[in-house]
Amino acid sequence: MKRTLLTGNGAAAWGARLAGVEYLPAFPITPQTEIIETIARWIDFGEMDCRMVTLDSEHSMITAAGAAAVTGVRVFTATSSQGLLYGMEMLYTVAGWRAPFVLVNVSRGLASPITLEPDHNDILAARDSGFLQLHCATCQEVLDCILLAYRLAEDERVRLPVIVNLDGFYLSFTREPVEIPDAESVARFLPPFDPENLGFRAGAPLSEAVAVIGGTPYSYFRYQSHLAALNAVDVFAENAAAFAQAFGRTYQAVEAYHCDDAELVFVMMGSFATKAKEAVDRLREAGEAVGLLRPVLLRPFPAADFRRALSGKKGVIVVDQNLSMGKGGVLHTELASALYGYPGTTPVLVSFIGGLGGRDISAEEFYEMHAVTRQAVSEKRAPAPRLLYTEVELREMKKIQAIARVQGLKEQQT
Amino acid sequence: MAYDYEKSIRPGKLPHIWCPGCGHGIVMKGLIRAMDTCGLEKNNTAIVSGIGCASRLPGYMDFNTLHTAHGRAAAFATGIKMVKPEMTVICCGGDGDGTAIGGNHFIHACRRNIDMTYVIMNNYIYGMTGGQFSPCTPTGMKASTTPYGNPDPIFDISKLAIGAGATFVARTTSFHATQIDKLIAEGIKHKGMSVIEVLDDCPTSYGRRNKFRSVVDMMKRLKEVAVPVAAAAKMTDEQLEGKVLTGVLFKEERAEYTDQYAKLIARVQGA
Repeated sequence: MKRTLLTGNGAAAWGARLAGVEYLPAFPITPQTEIIETIARWIDFGEMDCRMVTLDSEHSMITAAGAAAVTGVRVFTATSSQGLLYGMEMLYTVAGWRAPFVLVNVSRGLASPITLEPDHNDILAARDSGFLQLHCATCQEVLDCILLAYRLAEDERVRLPVIVNLDGFYLSFTREPVEIPDAESVARFLPPFDPENLGFRAGAPLSEAVAVIGGTPYSYFRYQSHLAALNAVDVFAENAAAFAQAFGRTYQAVEAYHCDDAELVFVMMGSFATKAKEAVDRLREAGEAVGLLRPVLLRPFPAADFRRALSGKKGVIVVDQNLSMGKGGVLHTELASALYGYPGTTPVLVSFIGGLGGRDISAEEFYEMHAVTRQAVSEKRAPAPRLLYTEVELREMKKIQAIARVQGLKEQQT
Repeated sequence: MAYDYEKSIRPGKLPHIWCPGCGHGIVMKGLIRAMDTCGLEKNNTAIVSGIGCASRLPGYMDFNTLHTAHGRAAAFATGIKMVKPEMTVICCGGDGDGTAIGGNHFIHACRRNIDMTYVIMNNYIYGMTGGQFSPCTPTGMKASTTPYGNPDPIFDISKLAIGAGATFVARTTSFHATQIDKLIAEGIKHKGMSVIEVLDDCPTSYGRRNKFRSVVDMMKRLKEVAVPVAAAAKMTDEQLEGKVLTGVLFKEERAEYTDQYAKLIARVQGA
């Protein structure tokens, strides 16, 4: 084991290296590219025994990853944002194949307009694809989650591909101290992939499929994938226990921070949740009983964990770094459906949208969200969902728009 | 008198993102001159691009411009041309954008012979993301993802365009600045799919990795490898080894897609 400074992208590359991946289909996209470049360099130096091919698009890349995984080898790939969406057709397809491999997504807001900075609309678009999802808040978690993801994906009770998500820029390009476990310990935690019944063996087929099927077998296979995904809640907990024993770092499907005695609880995912942690510390210093819940596992959705952790709480402040047009925050929707109708879990849920396209969420905004929610609890009534946006920002936007209009006028005159 | 580029650009969008020594600016100026020669009117011209360094070009141009998704320029442009056939539609982008992730749209636009002009800036690399190899990185040359040299064979973009059905195909380089506007202008005037391939080296992501000592060296190489089509006709295969043909490589008159489509409507409606 050694401790060093790594970017989130560097940590992702180390995760793949330690997992002993055998095949990496790749395609460049900001802010992911450093991952595939790092691995390319290691292959070049002879430090990693892996085949790597840059394909002509993410669509081909995810196709190749799925196809390779069902031949029984350990496969890794990585993308971001537009790339994930371009490969969307294949996300559903290879998850339906039950191809177990790991895909790292470096979150970045989606077009249009174009941005390079992070929010979670990209990864949430893959929510229903059959891929499981692990969400990281630190560079250490990126490395660790890749190891956890392989064990989860390859487990015979699960056999589904897993996306490990990290936020562009905030994690991808930020260096943090990361413990890199030694290869022997990793090999004990994550032995070489045993594909069992997976593989190409035309001479000894397990079954023969048909090209197109009707609703009855279709429903059956789709639901089998759903059940397998649900199994992953317990399998994740088992693996996390083994991981804690091997490496001394503990992971839970939902990370709880100062929740036991909290009356109000923030719920956030990804690296921005570390900002919430800081705010929780400050609010606690000011005497507020506040905590934070952060789902590491988003698919399967750890509903029981949330119900347990939020039982008896007065208010929940859900901060969504995504926006479902015409509805609101996705995490808020998911949480509401997980809590509704269960006795003892009826806190007031207050929804905020923040951090779109990497926009910062300031400490003051966390205090404000806390104050709004405390008010909502006392009134027993949740306010309408709200976008975190300051007057200064709005003024700045109006100024930019005014300039744009002036240019527009000039164009018409000439 | 100095040529007035400013009337065609958006000064507020400058400075541009291109590195010193990049050929994209030379191509942009050539495009401006060509559009001027053809008398293109702002409101009746659309410039469409995908994603990448070369695809930033339309942002600086004061016309109807669309900066779209990676590889999709030809598909967006097709949509515009189908509903606004009177409009002049120009696509621009790089080799990775146009022939890897967007290869399918590119060849099908060629096949249809739809009236647009595609200026494809071939710098043999994915420049913006840091120099990964593209389908045009010459075999054996280095990219960030092929440190031992690229094992892949390449696409010859002009040949690809001709094979796919484009009816005007020309090639030049960013060294041959004055030829750029002549070829683009000819492409704009041509009715049908015109492809103008401009070799313009990327000093940052390709040159440094492949031991070009300076941008001047890269420009000299472009000058040396370029052979005009007429001159090439008098040269032996041996002499042409490693050379790149420039000028109009292919031109034919063939029914244009939106014309054919209008005729089809007229026929079916019994006009």
